[in-house]
Amino acid sequence: MPDMSVSIVPGTEKRAKDSRFLSVRNLTKAFGAFLALKDIDLDIAEGEFVCFLGPSGCGKTTLLRAIAGLDRQTSGTIMLRGRDVSHAPPSARDFGIVFQSYALFPNLSVADNIGYGLVNEKRARPEIERRVAELLALVGLPEQASKYPAQLSGGQQQRVALARALATSPGLLLLDEPLSALDARVRLRLREEIRSLQRRLGVTTIMVTHDQEEALSMAERIVVMNHGVIEQVGTPEEVYAWPQTAFVADFVGRMTFLSGVMSEGGIVDIGSHPLRVQSANLPPGATVEVGLRPEAVRLVAALGGENRLAMRIEALEYLGSFVRATLAVRAGSPLTLLADIPFNRMQDQPLKPGDHVVAHLPAEALRLFPARTGG
Amino acid sequence: MFASLRRDREALVASLLVGVLALILLLLIAIPLWSLLSKAVQNGQGAFIGLGNFERYFATPALVRSLWNSIWLSALVALIVVPLAFIYAYALTRSLMPARGLFMALALTPIFAPSLLSAISLIYVFGNQGFLKSWLMGGTIYGPIGIILAEVVYCFPHALMIIVTALRLADGRLYEVAEALGTSKPRVFFTVTLPGARYGMISAAFVVFTLVITDFGIPKVIGGQFNVLATDAYKQIVGQQNFEMGAVVGLILLAPAILAFVVDRQVQKKQVALLSARAVPYQPKPNAKRDWALLIYCLVVGGILLAMLGVAIWASFIRYWPYNLSYTLNNYQFDNFDPQGWNAYLTSLKMGAATAIIGTALIFTGAYLIEKTKPAPALRGFAHFLAMLPMAVPGLVLGLGYVFFVNAPWNPLGVFYGTLTVLVANSIAHFYTVAHITAVTALKQIDGEFESVSASLKVPFWTTFRRVTVPISMPAILDIAVYMFVNALTTVSAVIFLYGPSTKLASIAIVHMDEAGAVAAAAAMATCIVVTAMGVKLLHLLLDRLVFAKLQAWRKR
Repeated sequence: MPDMSVSIVPGTEKRAKDSRFLSVRNLTKAFGAFLALKDIDLDIAEGEFVCFLGPSGCGKTTLLRAIAGLDRQTSGTIMLRGRDVSHAPPSARDFGIVFQSYALFPNLSVADNIGYGLVNEKRARPEIERRVAELLALVGLPEQASKYPAQLSGGQQQRVALARALATSPGLLLLDEPLSALDARVRLRLREEIRSLQRRLGVTTIMVTHDQEEALSMAERIVVMNHGVIEQVGTPEEVYAWPQTAFVADFVGRMTFLSGVMSEGGIVDIGSHPLRVQSANLPPGATVEVGLRPEAVRLVAALGGENRLAMRIEALEYLGSFVRATLAVRAGSPLTLLADIPFNRMQDQPLKPGDHVVAHLPAEALRLFPARTGG
Repeated sequence: MFASLRRDREALVASLLVGVLALILLLLIAIPLWSLLSKAVQNGQGAFIGLGNFERYFATPALVRSLWNSIWLSALVALIVVPLAFIYAYALTRSLMPARGLFMALALTPIFAPSLLSAISLIYVFGNQGFLKSWLMGGTIYGPIGIILAEVVYCFPHALMIIVTALRLADGRLYEVAEALGTSKPRVFFTVTLPGARYGMISAAFVVFTLVITDFGIPKVIGGQFNVLATDAYKQIVGQQNFEMGAVVGLILLAPAILAFVVDRQVQKKQVALLSARAVPYQPKPNAKRDWALLIYCLVVGGILLAMLGVAIWASFIRYWPYNLSYTLNNYQFDNFDPQGWNAYLTSLKMGAATAIIGTALIFTGAYLIEKTKPAPALRGFAHFLAMLPMAVPGLVLGLGYVFFVNAPWNPLGVFYGTLTVLVANSIAHFYTVAHITAVTALKQIDGEFESVSASLKVPFWTTFRRVTVPISMPAILDIAVYMFVNALTTVSAVIFLYGPSTKLASIAIVHMDEAGAVAAAAAMATCIVVTAMGVKLLHLLLDRLVFAKLQAWRKR
């Protein structure tokens, strides 16, 4: 796992780095009447690793391609190192890019692929060879220079694509779902490799992904997007623990939502069950959604005290290191929520569907969101 | 927009190139067609007279008779060819008959010959000196019978290719389901096989109809006194210099071709929908009785096709048919039969090579610009439309358009009339669409991000085109070049109006020598074309297997 504590906001402890290495202002992209990006504002600091996270069609790839200049925005500006590149062609923007499909040139050897951009810079042959060898060593493929892409595994191809993107030492590295086409094991290993490579080189990196786990484990900051707008920007901890919208809460990790009405004194009425919450800055009578992560639910011995509910186990789903239980209250108004039970807890006290349990929903783990409109 | 273009050299170059491409296509395709359309509504002095020419056309009984002749003849040929080709295609795709690949190759041989070769063979077999003349029981081969037989041979491979494709697209699961439900074999045929191939057969019928109605060579050689639209157009233009009436005939010929084009597009859309991504290819099961029956059928049909080529080739070596059957090369002394002699053959080779080289370079580069560059989307769409247009225009009609265009008094390009340049331009335009589709299909299979990666590496698109796109697409580029060469060599209908005294082509020399009664020499020249076309195709296959397999080592895993 990458160590998150090193530098959450780069530039604060290291020498003065540009906190607005890349600035996006009022960026909008329209395809006919459909708005793929709506008025996006975003700043990315030098050396930062940022993930654009969201479901397919949320606009994350559109934003990346606009930053690259591959698909021009309809309106808005993009500044790179304080220079307005909004209308500059891709070749004038100083970035390297890796695609999900790798887009390696099949008729060129690995070395020729990596040297593709260097040849164009009219560098001397031995210099190019030295640089290619250096990059091959960097991505851990020193022996593969003369092979063709079709002779490499998917993971190896992705490393070659990475080396090619880094060859010209770009200021900005763009990764468009780089790991999606790989199988699970290779994906995990490459995650760590890309992250440590990025740290070593200090190259500002933007990665587009729809995989929340990937974003949480790799990014210094996550930009969560949905329907062409940014829902939240924050560190992985912030996004996971303090989701600002119900969408973020549900997309990053799992969350159960319970509909309720604010009442007096930090209490929300979920049907006939009162729940104490911490952040109660909504007026009484407002309809709200109370969000709760399954792993925050505790199974306790007895009723009594706040936020404890007598529930019945409706179903159990075995998920390896834990068991996800569907709990329901049938008395009063019906209510269902998910609870993750650690595997060792299950071994100590086996549970089965139909068993009655008491669930404790800790007030500090309950998140309040305004009721979602339109379902 | 323009400010950003100036900064973006690549976009500027791409826009300029697309503009140049659109201009070339306008010149090659759109303006000649426009010349034909406008000529049809003008009188001899170039004044607009509305539909006056059409009124005159339909008031002339002889011309209307030709129209009617063309229609029923073409329909009849379609009705004969489609079922014949269907059974043949069925044998190739749905049976375990031996030597299926060989039979496929056999059926495609007529493509390598000018259409009139089969007509020449028929004359040798059933003509005035034919050894099977008695089979016609007093009838004559010079007329509808001869035309129909020769057209069937000429159109067979075209119909076969379409139907084979349709039958190959079948989903094997449908057959497994039918079998699991205990369906009888005939019922499976009528409820699964036939509906699956239905669209292909409709498409084939229209293609055949268009090929026949616009073919000039066969009715010219074997039609006798039987007039059809294509020979009318020739007589009006070349014989009577009546350009307006020729234009009307051309427009009438355009109608079925456009209809066929529209039907084909509709049919292809439906055909694609039939085959889902999850379909499993059909695997025929052994069935001795079926396989034997189909083998005999294919032997007969393939044998006839081969005979139609073979008789003319054989006859070209005969001293004096049918009285002296000893062998000679005298018929290949073309100088004795035609003032141009062997030059016609050399001109054809030059024309074919130029069409193949210039055409392939233009078409592939054009397809790349249309498919892979981003600026000027409207102009790229327009260029694509123009590239697709020749598909709907028969060669004869395009040739007429070129005549009017090049001969127009306002046209400075008139100096090119009768030169190799016009012949090459016309041939490139004539065969543009199929080559364009081949190129676009090949380009679509290439990762769409290559240009993006290049841009990020500051490599201009033309470098990537040269270093990556062209090498990867080499097999498709060769296919296009061979297609252009073979077709330029065998075509008659487009170029018959355009050649000049020093640029007579082999295919035209065949028509002239046949007209002059030197049928054996005509057969000899046709043989030269067939041998050359097949030779080039074989060379292509060999190159593909041996040389390019080595050059394209990167394709291997």
